[in-house]
Formats: sequence, structure tokens, C-alpha cells
Amino acid sequence: MEHFALWLAAFLTLGIISFLYKDNAWYKLTESIFIGLSAGYWMVSLFWDNFYGKFWVNKSESPYLYVGAVLGLLMLLRLVPRIGWISRWPLSFIVGATSGLWLINYFSSNIMKQIEATILPLFSAQFGSGFDAGAAAIIGNLVIVTGTFSGLVYFFFSKEHKGAFGRTAKLGIWIIMITFGASFGYTVMSRMSLFIGRIDFLLSDWLGMIL
Amino acid sequence: MRREIPLLITGIVGVGFVIQYFIPHAPFSYMSDWFSDWFSIIGACAIVLGALNLMKISIQKVISRKKDWGYAAVIIASFLLIVIIGMVEGKDFRVPGTNFDWLYRYMYIPLSATMFAILAFFVASASYRAFRARNFEATLLLIAAFFVMMGRVPVGDIITGFMPEGWRLSNLASWVMNYPQAAGQRAIMIGIGLGIVSTSLRVILGIERSHIGGGE
Repeated sequence: MEHFALWLAAFLTLGIISFLYKDNAWYKLTESIFIGLSAGYWMVSLFWDNFYGKFWVNKSESPYLYVGAVLGLLMLLRLVPRIGWISRWPLSFIVGATSGLWLINYFSSNIMKQIEATILPLFSAQFGSGFDAGAAAIIGNLVIVTGTFSGLVYFFFSKEHKGAFGRTAKLGIWIIMITFGASFGYTVMSRMSLFIGRIDFLLSDWLGMIL
Repeated sequence: MRREIPLLITGIVGVGFVIQYFIPHAPFSYMSDWFSDWFSIIGACAIVLGALNLMKISIQKVISRKKDWGYAAVIIASFLLIVIIGMVEGKDFRVPGTNFDWLYRYMYIPLSATMFAILAFFVASASYRAFRARNFEATLLLIAAFFVMMGRVPVGDIITGFMPEGWRLSNLASWVMNYPQAAGQRAIMIGIGLGIVSTSLRVILGIERSHIGGGE
């Protein structure tokens, strides 16, 4: 069984990789298997974790959970065109909950915490310890403070980017370009690491060429 | 009725989540727990809706013998295979050694990991077009990506091995990630945060209504 499993995994891996040559029947077959398995995997996982784990197990001691179950069932009414509009109720619940949650969470994490982290001492490693920081810390902190400020100025479109404001915005776009470049490099390397993992599987686990 | 009730639900739930943050005591703390549990349960039903929709489209494709209907049949078969096995195995479906775990390890992981891995090649081909140093901004993008990519592989440090440790490519890559990259990322995050806060407010106050769709 183990042997068959390895061959199956290799067959599927090579099927997806074959797309690098061109779109072909093998790729389409493995892609279809992936779509079916993904949908099924998430359905099974959420059924047992959320529906069974949260509702079914606790429903007798927490009757309020029935409201969630009813809203969930109402969601399925979207499949019945005549009364499909009722599915807007659970959808509105999801949208309302997400909005309420994100309003607070993003305000806290993306705005307040980021501003707090940007208010840095420029000429010392710690507040109150004078001019004792190394050059790297001073330059780094200056880059963070001016970079964040100028990046924000670039995103401010209510005022024309001219004069000192325009020059600050220009610095902002440079910083943002560096960010995009670094994020791009990071993403490529993480994908490459995944690809190396798959090649390693093919060469060592499947073919046994690397011991 | 068809528009007012959804707007009311959105407003009450949204305001409820905001209040429970500022007043983390009963009854608002209960409200937060209740809403979170309901959210999870509705999420489980929503994925069923999505899966059933996928099945509906695939079955229609097979019945009407549309182009590539065979692949739609494969989608249905693989979906049913994992769902039946997962349901039969019960709540311990993830335990190592189960049939579901076998499907996950030898089919789902190879497929998903390879699918994401080949994106590296598409990103690389996109970079060929984007990275041509046509102006100063594109050159900055190129240099930052070069430092980060070379700094993440051993050859980067081998090439710069003759330099003091702090100036080697791995350290320069870390510096780029920790300072200029962090600064730009922070500006973007603050912008995203402001956008999300304003959109959430519009949704809760009923100004933004696209989620309840058109018609009556």
C-alpha cells in the first residue's frame, strides 16, 4: 500500500508539474482531482470541527447554538430560487460580524499598533539613554520613520503631489518599490522552497536517488 | 422585509461586536461568544453551499455532455470519495492511519504543494517583464528583490564571503526586510487599516448595501 501511495503521489505531482510544458490532459485530470478533493476536504473538516464540534456536541447545554444552526440552514435556501432571498439573513450576519470584528481588530493592529511601532527614538537605542545607539540602529530607525511617513504621504491623494509634498511622496514611492521588490523576492523564494520540497520527494521518496 | 431585515441584522451584529470590545462584561461578553459560535456554524453550512454549487455545475456539465465533461466527472468522483470517507470515519477523521489521512497525505498534500510550487515559475516569468530597469523606481524594485533572493540562499554568502560579516548578502537581505521593507509595509498596512475601518463603518451603518444584492 505504501508503494502504491508513493506512486500515486508521484503521478499527481508530475501531473501538476507537466503544466510547465503546456496545458495538457494529464494536468487537467490532476487539477480536477485537486478541485474535488479540496472542496470535499474543507466540507468534511468544517462539518466535524464547526457543525459537530461546536453545535452538535454542545447543543443541549447551550440552546443558543440552535440560532446559529437555523441561520446556517437558511443559508442553504439559496439553492431554492423561489425563497432564495432568505439566505440574505445569515449572509448579513456574516457580513455584520466580520465588519464589527475587523473594524476593531484592524483599527488596533493595522493602525494604532503600527503607528506606535513607528514612533521610534532616532538617536538612541532606548529612550532616555542619550546618543548611545550604533550607526545601524540610527539609520534603521530613520528609515522606518521617514519611510512610513513618506509612504503614507504618497497614498494621500486629496492634495496634489507638488512641491515639498510631492518630493515626500516621491520618497514614499521609492520606499514602496523597495517593499514590493523585497516582498516579491521573499515570495519567489518561498515558492522555490516548496518546489525543491516536491523535487526532493520525487528524487528521494519516490525514486530513492537521494539517500 | 427582504432588504430591511438583512440591514438590521448587519447593524445589530456589527455594533454588538464593537460594543463587546469596549465593554467586555456580561451581557456583552456573552454576546461575543454567541456570535462567534454562530459564525462558525454558519461557516460550516456556507462551505456545504459552495460544495453543493460545485456539484450542481459539474453534474449539469456531465449530463449535457459539454466540452471537457470528463474532467467534471473526475471532480464529482474525487469530491464524493473524500466526503464519504470523511463522514464514515467520524469526528476522528484526521487521526493518522485513517483512510481520510491517507487521502490527505498522498493525494491532497502533493497536489496542493505542487500547485503552489509551480507558481514560482509564473512569478519568475512575470518578473522578467516587470524587472526591466526602465526607470529609477523599477531599478529599486530589482535591487531589493535581488538582495532578498540572493540573501536567502547559501550562494549569496559564498559570493560575499570576503566582506565583513555585517555586509554579507544574508545580513543585507535581513536589513532590507527589517527596515525599508518594514517601513513600506507599515504605510501600506495603515492605509489598508483605514480603508477597512471606513468600509466596515459604512456596512454597519447601512450605507454600503452591496452584500444584500439587488432587487426586492
